[in-house]
Amino acid sequence: MSRYLVRRLLIAVPALLGISVVLFTVLALAPGDPFEELATNPNVPREVAQQLRAKFGLDDPVPLRYARWFTSMLRGDWGFSFVSRVNVDTLILQRLSTTLFVLGSAQLLGLLVALPVGTLSALRPYSFFDQVATTLAFIGFSLPTFFTGLLFILLFSIYLDWLPFIYRADIAATGWQWFWEHFKQAIMPISVLGLFQGASLTRFTRSAVLDVIRLDYVNTARAKGLSERVTVVKHVVRNALIPVVTLVALQVPQIFTGAVVTEQIFRVPGIGSLLITSILANDTPVIMAITFVFSCLVVLFNLVADLVYGWLDPRISYR
Amino acid sequence: MANDAVSAPVHRALTLPARPARDSLWADTARRFRRHRLAMAGTVVLTAMVVAVLAGPLVYRVPINDIDFRAKLKGPSWAHPLGTDDLGQDLLARMLYGGRISMAVGIAAMLIAISAGTLIGAVSGYVGGPSDHVLMRITDLFLCLPQLPLLLLIVYLFRDVLKSTLGPEAGVFMLIVAVIGGLRWMPVARLVRAQFLSLREKEFVEAARGLGAPPLRQVVRHILPNAMGPVIVAGTIDVAAAIIAESTLSFLGLGFPPDIPTWGRILFDAKDNLDFAPHWALFPGTGIFLTVLSINYIGDGLRDALDPRKVLAH
Repeated sequence: MSRYLVRRLLIAVPALLGISVVLFTVLALAPGDPFEELATNPNVPREVAQQLRAKFGLDDPVPLRYARWFTSMLRGDWGFSFVSRVNVDTLILQRLSTTLFVLGSAQLLGLLVALPVGTLSALRPYSFFDQVATTLAFIGFSLPTFFTGLLFILLFSIYLDWLPFIYRADIAATGWQWFWEHFKQAIMPISVLGLFQGASLTRFTRSAVLDVIRLDYVNTARAKGLSERVTVVKHVVRNALIPVVTLVALQVPQIFTGAVVTEQIFRVPGIGSLLITSILANDTPVIMAITFVFSCLVVLFNLVADLVYGWLDPRISYR
Repeated sequence: MANDAVSAPVHRALTLPARPARDSLWADTARRFRRHRLAMAGTVVLTAMVVAVLAGPLVYRVPINDIDFRAKLKGPSWAHPLGTDDLGQDLLARMLYGGRISMAVGIAAMLIAISAGTLIGAVSGYVGGPSDHVLMRITDLFLCLPQLPLLLLIVYLFRDVLKSTLGPEAGVFMLIVAVIGGLRWMPVARLVRAQFLSLREKEFVEAARGLGAPPLRQVVRHILPNAMGPVIVAGTIDVAAAIIAESTLSFLGLGFPPDIPTWGRILFDAKDNLDFAPHWALFPGTGIFLTVLSINYIGDGLRDALDPRKVLAH
């Protein structure tokens, strides 16, 4: 298992390198640079502008600039936000936990919905329950998150007035009150994202269980007298989870799309909404850093998926 | 010898009833597709929307930017069937116009994704060896990229240049289509590669090779047509995904400029007025939802219709 882990880690490194190269290439190909204003500003003498450019190495060849950027990212020096006048890493660290909380809970909610519903659907395919579940799943992943978010606000905040539609990180209350306020404001963003995830996961689970349930070993389990519950939970679902885990990992980039959108709708102070505000404010260092953080998270979650994979199917880690 | 005498009539008896059913592959597929009720419903809805969007502006001749403050934020009425926005502009006219752009983006981005994916998958699967390895690593790398953040980054960095060279509408359209398509080719490439790996060893390709067909002819005439089934399904789903991607960009205020009312853009403008003008958000949102749902059902129907395992069953 540990050798498998090391091998997976070694694969993650080139992936991160590749992603950083792609990001930097995009930036290098883009026209304009942070000192463009200096060049056109008549109050700044030409020589000063030139010196500044030379000082920050803006005229160096691209590979050199890439190497400098990447090593300083590794050292933890992520630059300085043009707008907030704060170091980028502090800015991101302040908000990362909120994003991870919303993402994690949403993913959990999605799995909690998808695994039982998908399994039950597959146990009785084409039954009434299955047809309702598959139809709802289809509707669920055809509803884009930004529209579900607006519908939720319209229903729960405006018509029913049950839930707040602005997420606040600085709730003044303490104790149970604090917890309750947090819970109430987190319901909508998490369920918008979680139900969207859950919809596609339900379909995956259903087809994965359907693939497994007709295999001979399941009949064997039943024939030797195991209860239906044990057969399904221990024998069927465990094996059916293997392709589901792969798909969860493959979907991680998509979850981030949903996260950016929900954070923007509900004004959740996470890195997704920070990304949007930075783009509107032309804050390039923050934009680059957030995109890179998202990429790192993708690689990280792929790694986690690999580990779960190895646990579900021990053969994989011995290969 | 006795065996021949027995097996010949049996053989004929087996093939004869099958004769009338010897449709072409596509007629077969169409027949199975028509049996999928929800896919047919999706086709009807989508066709209706496409016709409305294409022919609508010719029939419904209300201008999309006719400002009328007396009629602002009004709900549906006879004068404005879908109501008006905060400038009193007619929503039906704007949605019909915006729908053209949303659908055009979806189809164009799908074509880019499919062409790039097919090309890369075909080269990878047919040539094999080190180039296959390199291409598949690149595919894996692209699969790791977080799409929306990268999409936002690229649109942010390149928007102004393209706007100034190609004009606001064409520039943003090209950029969005290219980036969405450029970030969605990977699943197609994997599918095509897998198909090529198995098809290039099949007897009929070997026969073509034996008859002296050059590689390009083998690929274009023999392998590719047989590999298109899953690609068509993936392409259908890609149209829906691209429409959602464009709407998301516009919804975040980073897609098309405000004077081009794509459905996502209308939602972006409407989202701060939800409490007193919900119709403004509900109509474009429903438009996106219905389009995407229909396309997804059509994709589902096509998947069932093109699935070779089902061919044996029916």
